[in-house]
Amino acid sequence: MLDGRSAIKRRAGLRLWLSGGWLLLIVLAAILAPWISPQDPLAQDLFAARTPPFWEAGSEPGFWLGADSLGRDVLTRILYGARIALIVAFVAGTLTCAVGAALGLIAGYFRGWADRIVSRLVDIWMAFPPVLFAILLIAVLGTGLTSIIIAIVVIDWTRFCRVVRAEAMNQGQMDYVASAQVAGMSRLRTMWAEILPNVLPTIVALLSLEMGIAVIVEAILSFVNLSISTDSPTWGGMIAEGRTSIHQAWWVLVFPLLTLFLTVLSFSQFGEGLKDRFDPVLR
Amino acid sequence: MTGFLSIRNLSVVLAGTPHRLLRSVSLDLPAGEVHGLVGESGAGKSMIGKAILGILPRAIEIAEGEILLDGQDLLQLPPAERRRLVGKTAALIPQDPLTALNPSRRIGPQITDRLVDILGWKRAQAEARAVELLAEVHIPDAPRVMRSYPHELSGGMRQRILIASAFAAEPKLIVADEPTTALDVTVQKQILRLIAEMQSRHGTAILFVTHDLGVVSKVCRSLSVLYGGKVVEETEVRAFFRGPKHAYSAALLAATPKYTDPDTSLTPVPAEVIAAVQAEVEAADGEWRHVR
Ligand SMILES: Nc1ncnc2c1ncn2[C@@H]1O[C@H](COP(=O)(O)OP(=O)(O)OP(=O)(O)O)[C@@H](O)[C@H]1O
Ligand SMILES: [Mg+2]
Repeated sequence: MLDGRSAIKRRAGLRLWLSGGWLLLIVLAAILAPWISPQDPLAQDLFAARTPPFWEAGSEPGFWLGADSLGRDVLTRILYGARIALIVAFVAGTLTCAVGAALGLIAGYFRGWADRIVSRLVDIWMAFPPVLFAILLIAVLGTGLTSIIIAIVVIDWTRFCRVVRAEAMNQGQMDYVASAQVAGMSRLRTMWAEILPNVLPTIVALLSLEMGIAVIVEAILSFVNLSISTDSPTWGGMIAEGRTSIHQAWWVLVFPLLTLFLTVLSFSQFGEGLKDRFDPVLR
Repeated sequence: MTGFLSIRNLSVVLAGTPHRLLRSVSLDLPAGEVHGLVGESGAGKSMIGKAILGILPRAIEIAEGEILLDGQDLLQLPPAERRRLVGKTAALIPQDPLTALNPSRRIGPQITDRLVDILGWKRAQAEARAVELLAEVHIPDAPRVMRSYPHELSGGMRQRILIASAFAAEPKLIVADEPTTALDVTVQKQILRLIAEMQSRHGTAILFVTHDLGVVSKVCRSLSVLYGGKVVEETEVRAFFRGPKHAYSAALLAATPKYTDPDTSLTPVPAEVIAAVQAEVEAADGEWRHVR
């Protein structure tokens, strides 16, 4: 028992450190982009077009990860792309979590008509294919950062709602809730002080996962050219551009894709790691 | 005589149906006494306790009756006032010590909450009292236990903590819903002894839910035998063990293994006794519907 517990802890620890480390790197990149970037993210330099990364023949100093077909530095654009990615991750993730978790908690704990309304809403929502839904929304709202964030919240709140509702319902059956009720604790405070702490590890894991998903959604929307204006570099936009020159300049596609992949993976692993760390039974 | 707790003609139904889960239950519990509620699984023992404490499941509603606690009819009080009165006067010792403590909170605050919320004590004062209470239920090293999470403690330990926290705010009534069922036999005996000890020290009335007549004979002064949500016999424990009046209670007693003579074979409650009591309970239902 004790051994199993510490083995889980060790694995969770490593996972937490690796994913946390990568996320920290991305956060630093986003904050420090103007100071650490070797080039201007928008500066075109046709003489440098399709310069390969530094270890390949024909590389140029200052273009560490090569340049795209307009001669813009790939590394610089990845660093700047982290800004949009992270803003979307944090804002959309947090809002989605707040809306979905609040509704799920209320529905799962209070049951009755509140639950009926929320559950019906979730059922209706789930009937829409999410990506189509997102594209439709953006078409209505117009492109831009705010639209993307709204689209993600509107599409993804059900994920939180379903899971949190089930957990809250589960916890609501426990005897400790009955005891709190007998002691005169109001329903609202019981939900807040007794139920929520038990659902929190799940919420944290989902939140982190959601941030990763938000990054992907933003990338997809950039890829289909429905995101931010082309002035600010985004990973999705870079991937879209890199696709056209994959045979002549693979680095334009591969580096942003790799960054995106590692970031999304790190978000989900970080969430899982935190959940294990938070869970009092494993702690 | 009306007791400190007095239940009159309490019927609860599955909401929106005439299907009764408690059938005109009446019982009296004088202050400071222990009353047993026995009956087979599904008889409605827990339902009575939940009705008193105001924690009936959503799907169940009270159709008629009175629950007098300290002279006040709980069912006539507005919800907030009822909650306050119950919180001040009553407490619960639940069946399963695993889910009766909040897994993500430390033990200390779970005990002191009651003192702070119900009695309006200061946190520090409540903590000192919690240490005393833990000593009273024979838990050594109280400060360490108060910093622990429930999963770090054994089942018996957790049940002791639940007993301590039930007695914490000096309630006049405790509903103990099968407080020993989830524990192993040796621990059961210790916990039973502990409840009896705390009961006599604090002079608390206890409604003791169990399906074990052996337990009733040890801790209760009086008892009610339930079948199908109806009290078929309410009597003193001594009189009961000398000779139950109702055929069903007699059969139930015969079906209880004797601690004095573990070799006696078990006689299950005979089918004709069940049929008779079932008929009796249903006859009462017909009358009830008719009156309504
Ligand atoms: N939430 C509920 N909805 C509908 N029926 C219920 C609900 N809870 C309990 N019942 C029914 O009420 C009756 C009495 O249940 P109760 O829990 O009081 O039994 P009990 O005597 O405590 O039995 P046990 O010894 O198994 O705890 C049972 O027939 C049960 O099926
Ligand atoms: Mg029960």
